[in-house]
Parts: sequence; structure tokens; C-alpha cells
Amino acid sequence: MKNRTKLPNIYLGIILFVIYLPIVLVVVYSFNESKISSVWGGFSLRWYETLFRDKDMFEALVNSIVLGLSSSLAAAIIGTLGAVGFTKITARTKNVVEYISMLPMMTPEIILGMVFMAFFSLLGLPFGMTTLIIGHTAFCIPYIYMLVKARLVGMDKSLPEAARDLGASETRVFFDITLPLIAPAIASGMLLSFAMSFDDVIISLFVTGVNVNTLPIKVYTSLKTGVTPEINALCTLMLAFTILVVTVSALLGRKKS
Amino acid sequence: MSDTILELDHIEKSFGGTSVLHGVSLSVQHGEFVTLLGPSGCGKTTTLRIIAGLETPDAGRVLLRGTDMTAAPPEKRDVNTVFQNYALFPHMTVAANIGYSLKLKKMPRTEIAAQVQQALELVQLDGFGTRMPAELSGGQRQRVAIARALVNRPSVLLLDEPLGALDLQLRRQMQLELKRLQKQLGLTFIYITHDQEEALNMSDRIAVMHEGRFEQVGTPAEVYDRPRTSFVARFVGTANIVKGQVLQNEEGILTVHTAGGQVPALCCNCGKGAGDGVTLAVRSEHVEFCTEGGIPATVKEKTFAGGMLRISLALENGDELVASRHGIDIALSAGEGVRVTWSAQNAVPVDTHTEAQV
Amino acid sequence: MRNHGRSRAGIWLMLAPLYLFTLLFVAGPLIYMVVLSFQQRAEVWGVVHTFTLDNYKNILTPVYLQTFVESFKLALTSTALITLIGYPFGYFMAKLPAIWKKRMMLLIMIPFWTNSLIRLYGWIIIFRANGSLDKILMGLGLTDSPLKLLYTYPAVVVGMVYALLQFMILAVYSSAEKMDWSLVEAARDLGASPLRAFYTVTLKMTLPGLLSGIILTFIPSMGLFFIADILGGNKVVLVGSLIQDQLMKAHNQPFAAALSLVLMVLTTLMISLYKRVTHSSELEGLL
Repeated sequence: MKNRTKLPNIYLGIILFVIYLPIVLVVVYSFNESKISSVWGGFSLRWYETLFRDKDMFEALVNSIVLGLSSSLAAAIIGTLGAVGFTKITARTKNVVEYISMLPMMTPEIILGMVFMAFFSLLGLPFGMTTLIIGHTAFCIPYIYMLVKARLVGMDKSLPEAARDLGASETRVFFDITLPLIAPAIASGMLLSFAMSFDDVIISLFVTGVNVNTLPIKVYTSLKTGVTPEINALCTLMLAFTILVVTVSALLGRKKS
Repeated sequence: MSDTILELDHIEKSFGGTSVLHGVSLSVQHGEFVTLLGPSGCGKTTTLRIIAGLETPDAGRVLLRGTDMTAAPPEKRDVNTVFQNYALFPHMTVAANIGYSLKLKKMPRTEIAAQVQQALELVQLDGFGTRMPAELSGGQRQRVAIARALVNRPSVLLLDEPLGALDLQLRRQMQLELKRLQKQLGLTFIYITHDQEEALNMSDRIAVMHEGRFEQVGTPAEVYDRPRTSFVARFVGTANIVKGQVLQNEEGILTVHTAGGQVPALCCNCGKGAGDGVTLAVRSEHVEFCTEGGIPATVKEKTFAGGMLRISLALENGDELVASRHGIDIALSAGEGVRVTWSAQNAVPVDTHTEAQV
Repeated sequence: MRNHGRSRAGIWLMLAPLYLFTLLFVAGPLIYMVVLSFQQRAEVWGVVHTFTLDNYKNILTPVYLQTFVESFKLALTSTALITLIGYPFGYFMAKLPAIWKKRMMLLIMIPFWTNSLIRLYGWIIIFRANGSLDKILMGLGLTDSPLKLLYTYPAVVVGMVYALLQFMILAVYSSAEKMDWSLVEAARDLGASPLRAFYTVTLKMTLPGLLSGIILTFIPSMGLFFIADILGGNKVVLVGSLIQDQLMKAHNQPFAAALSLVLMVLTTLMISLYKRVTHSSELEGLL
């Protein structure tokens, strides 16, 4: 009964091709000997060499990693506690908690960036790593919160009860039972948070200080001014890193189910 | 009274305005096997959870060894539960599951290992300690759940339909094993089931629950042979319910007029006299066929099930009566007119006031 | 409820960080934005705390109103294109065999989590004068001279579509995936043409996903100033670009706040419209 044409598959293929084309081009041209990216001058690793010698770039990388780790960790703690607390409150207060938790996700990034900037200058916070971490933590929290909450809602309610029945206090139950069971959700939430923090341009631009560059900000500035193939090399490495993160998180997700 | 281990004193509980338990009271002796028997939604699981401390009653008290534990959290109670779905911790090995409560008691590691080993042997799972729960079969998980709850040697072990998820054969086997464990360890069991056969097989006493009340608490024989209410009569061993009018009460033997005939019934202090209305419970295997006396009936149909022949009979007043016999056939055919009766000790008057429907 | 006093305190202790953080660093700033939008900028730097409606009057001046309109047009164009491309993609994807669904999901997720700048950079390579596209087109003899697509309006639209397409695909996919396909068969069985069955059944069933996709693409496309920046040079100005310029270059915080507030109101209106239409509280395919 299925007179399935190949048309849908061809369509999917074409769109995927277009999606991947720019990415592949970036990777290919990162190995280009020529400085002009539209001319192929032969295979070379010289831009990787230049990249590794670039102190500014290295500093930006370190900043991005520090930022990603701190904000995903902070978001993990805040989001997880929030999700655990959420499952224990009455239905009436649930809506309020839910609304507050999702607020950063529902606000467009540009507005978040704008209000962060205005608010931090009102508070007199020095712009730099601290403000970056606060801003990134804020937009990472909802992702951790949602993932952990989904895991908790799906968890067998009798497990914590069984632990209490066997003599564990509420605190012990959290560390012995709940935490190990939601750990995969926290881990994949942190990976997503890290990836998003590592990718963010808009909020970072607004809340960063004069002297603190993150990798995306550095790339953004180079794209606006003059691009050297060094950026291609950097992009290729970042891409490799992202693929790694996505794969690891997909594997974590698979283990869960 | 010194041997009373658990006492429920007028427990009341409602969820969101719906009353689930209406003043439930029960006292359990040390080493006793008490079953809470009732249909789903009758409040038996809530009762169990209140004993375990997983729910707080709205009114009433829970006493363990004479101490009021109503407000104590579950971890402070010398009571353990075997959960319906086993609730094994999926991230811990079988040994870690069983040893969890001992670890919480800060018992030395070697001691824990020894006790876990002993518990594993007790439930015949020797050598399964390093497995994860996901690698076990349903029956094996069941045994781990029992071992985990037993290792603590609790005053009272609560079992919430522990065999509900097992197939029939495994169920029978586990019934025997649970009974053996209980006797061997001298433990007090409070057991929940909706399966009357299971309850009759295993229990020292049965508390039949219906709509948040205990309809009758007694030994299996009492509950089966002397049901106090029509609900108990129907739910435990499905009895016939016959309504009639007392003609005379002669030294505890009633003569009851019903459906165009007369039948006897036993009445020990039931306080019924001539002219009173009465409802009798009669088990199908006790219905006898006779040539004269008794009540007239017509054979409707015969069915064979579970080694017994069931004969449905229509009475003159339109009620239905079921008789059962061993064997696969009887010399009666559908449409045939017969007379039925029973001996006085096999028919008891029951209360009908609690019964809405079964 | 005798033994619940202690644990209630525990619950609030758990929720406290989430509350405090979100209230202080998200709700607080948002409220401050409202206040700020009614205040005046100082001569050189900072804010003068006097009440004024000037910022909103300012928005209504033709220059800025024009930006809103342009920005809106761009967002509409991008969203329309995204819908045209993304809806069939999500729909076809949902009809794939299970194994291919998983693979496809991974293939969609990798670019999704790839730095958006990297992906934009790829388009720069393609669009640049004498870049890949020009070479191909000239090689095929379709054009004689470079198209010079970089820094044009179409380049920005392509960038937007490219950056946001995944949102639509995932949203449509997640609702098409949940759909009961036997309903379509039933409609066909009852005599509906394929087109009619699609319109009466499939479209209605996937509507939440479609609307969610539209919101998830339309809202950010008003604000993704860096795409307009990189692919449009300074020829295309979005509300987002305007907000950024007012903050970073003109240092006019109150005006930026007023612009943000108007954008926020538009956003909230769209989301509540979505909830009204679909009767659901969460956007489809958010994660």
C-alpha cells in the first residue's frame, strides 16, 4: 500500500547538505596554505601553528573554559536544587516556581543582555569575569532545571520512601538515592550549559569587561574586522570540541533510557 | 497485652477532602501474620503507609511496643516495608541494596557483609550479591526486596501486595516461602492482598477491609465460616446471600422463611426472633439438594471451573443461588425443578448495612 | 502534618538559590528595565532619575519606527522561509524509520550546538566576492561577474534562516512524532484527498509544533544583531542592532530600555497568543 516516493528523502538530503556546507567549507579552508580564503593554495597546517602561538587567542580560550565551567557548575547546583524543591511543593505554588525558573528562557537574549548591562552598572559591579559568570549562569539554569525536573518526575516515588523506611534521613536519601539517579540528567544539562556558554556572543558582548575576551567575542571581532585563516583553524577546533560534547551527551542520554 | 507489638488506635485519614480511613483500629501480637484483605481502593495501602510512617494520620495513634510513634518519621520506626513494585535501588548492587540499612546504622563493613550473606542465603539468592537489580528476574527482585527488609530484623514487616506482579506458579511457591520465613524468624508480618485465597492460606488473622473500615477481623476459619457482614461473605470465598424472615428461634437454631420454602440457620446470640428480617450467607459447597422441605428452585446452567461444578439456580423470588460440587457432572439438566437446603451450622446471619456493592 | 515543619523549611532552602538568583539577576533587571525606560539619559554618561516619556516618543519618530518596521519585515521574511523549509523537513523526519530518526536527530543537533559564528563564517566564505558561490555560478556560466552577495539584505536573510532553522525543525518534528498517523489513514479511508487529509488532519495536529517553531524563530530574529552585523555590514539594522548601538555606542541606557521593553511586550504577546490558540503551557520542542 505504500507507494513511497524517494522525494522526501531527497529533500532531507538536500537541506542537510546546505546545513553542513558552510561548516565543511570552514574546515576545508582551515588547511589552506593561501592567506586568501577564496583561493586554494594547497594543504597546510600553518594556520594551526599561528593559532597556537597566538597569546591573545589562548587567553580567550582559557577565559571561555573558566566561564563555561563556572557557570554550568553554578547553574547545575541552583537548577538541581530548584528542581528537587519543585517536586516537593504543593500544586498551587508550582506555577509560580515554574514561571520564575523559566523566565530567563522566555526572555530574548538581546533583552537579557541589555538588562544585565544596565543592572550591573546600576549595582556598580565591575564588568568582567564575575558579570559574565552571573549572566551565563542565568541563561543556563532553565536547561538544567528542565532536564533534572523531567528525570525526577519520571523517577519511581517509592525509591526515596524505601530508603527512608530502611532508616535514612531526608538528607541521606538525597545523597544516597536521589542524587545518583538524577546525576545523568545533571551531567547532560551541564554539557548543554557548557556548550551554550561556549557559544554565546550576545550576552557576553554586553556584560564583558574591556579586558576580558571570550573565544566567541574574539571570533566576532575578527569576523567584523579582517579574517585570517587562523580563525578557520580555531573554528575547526571548536567544531571538533562541539561534536565531542554532543556525542558524549547523546551517549549519556542513551544510557539513561 | 504484654505481647502486643503494634496497635492502631482509631486512625482517620483523608486526601483532599475524600475520607479514606474512618477510625481504623487493630492490635497485632508479636509473631503474628495479619493480612489486610480488601478490594483496591479500600484503604489498605494507606493503612500500611501510616504504620510505616510514610503518611501521617489526621487523627488517631500508632503505637509500636506501647510507644506512641504517630509523629515519628519512617527512619525512626522499627518497621520495614516490602514495596509493591519492590523499589530496589537501581544504582546499587543486590548486596548494597540489602546492606543499605546496616550501613546507615554505621555497622562495620565485615559485619555488614556477613549479615548480607546470611540474608541472601535466607531468600535462596546465594551468589547474587554482585548483580544489579536490572539483571534479575521478577521473582529474584522480590526476594531481594524481602531480604532487604528482613536484614534489619524489624519488629514488624509490612508487605504491600508483594506477590502481585508474579505469575501464579511463582506466587504459590513464594507464599509458602514467606510463611516459612515468618515462622523461622518469628517475625510479625502485616500483609496486604486483594487475593482471598492468599489471605486464607497464609494468615493467622485476616482483617477484611471495605471503604476505609475493618468489616471483620478474625482467623481465616472465622472469616470464612462465620462472616459478619454480607460484604465479607461475598468477598471471602463468594457466598450466596439469601434474604428471608425468621419464623422461630429455637435455642439458637433459626427457621427462616424465604423464596417459597423454609431453611434453617445458626444464630448464636444474634438476637433475632420470630418476625425479624434476616440475611443469610451460605457457601455454594454447602448448598444441598433434597427431595422434600427446603426451597424450590430451577436449574439455570452448569459450568465447570477449577475442579468444581457450579450449578446456577433460580429461586422463586427471582434471586440466584449457586451450588458447587466436586466432579464434572451431576444428574441434573437445565430447566429441571429441584429443592435445596443446607444444615443450620452452614448458614449464618450477616449484617448488610455496610454493603453498597461488591 | 506534625512532622512536616522541618522538611518544609528544607524545601524552601532548596528553592531559595533558584528564587534569589532568578529574582535578583533576571526579574530584578527586567523590572529595572521598565523603570529605566521612563528615565532620561544624562548629558555624558549615566542616567538622570526624572520621569519622562521621551524615550517612547523617540521610538515613534520615523527613523526608529522605520527600524522596527524593517526589523519586523526581516523577521517575517526569515520566519516564512524557515517555515517553508523547516516544516516539510520536520514532517518528513517524523515519518522516517526509528533508526533514521535517531541518526537524523544527531545530524541536526551537531550544527545546532556548533558555534553560530563558525556557521556564519562558512557563509562569508560562500558569499564573498569571488567566493565559492560566485565561482560555481560563473563556472556554470550562469553569471558573468561576481554577485557580491556579502553585505546585502539577502545574505542576512540566509544567515537568519540558517541560524534558526533547527528550532522549526525540532518543534515540528516533536509534534509530528506524537501524531497518530492512523488518523490520516482514516481520513483517506473516508474519502479525503491527500491534500484535504493533510489540511484537515496533519496540519491541525502539528499546529502546536508549527506555532511554537514560529515563535522560537520570530522572536530571536528581531534580536540577532550579530548576523546582520557580519553578513549585512551596516546596511541592515535590526531592533537588536539598535539596542546594542544605543547601549554600547550612544550610551543611552533609557532609550535602549524602552526599545527592549517594546520588544519584550511584542514577545510576550506572541507567547500568550500561542498559549491561547494551542491551550498548552509549554512551547513544543524546546529541548
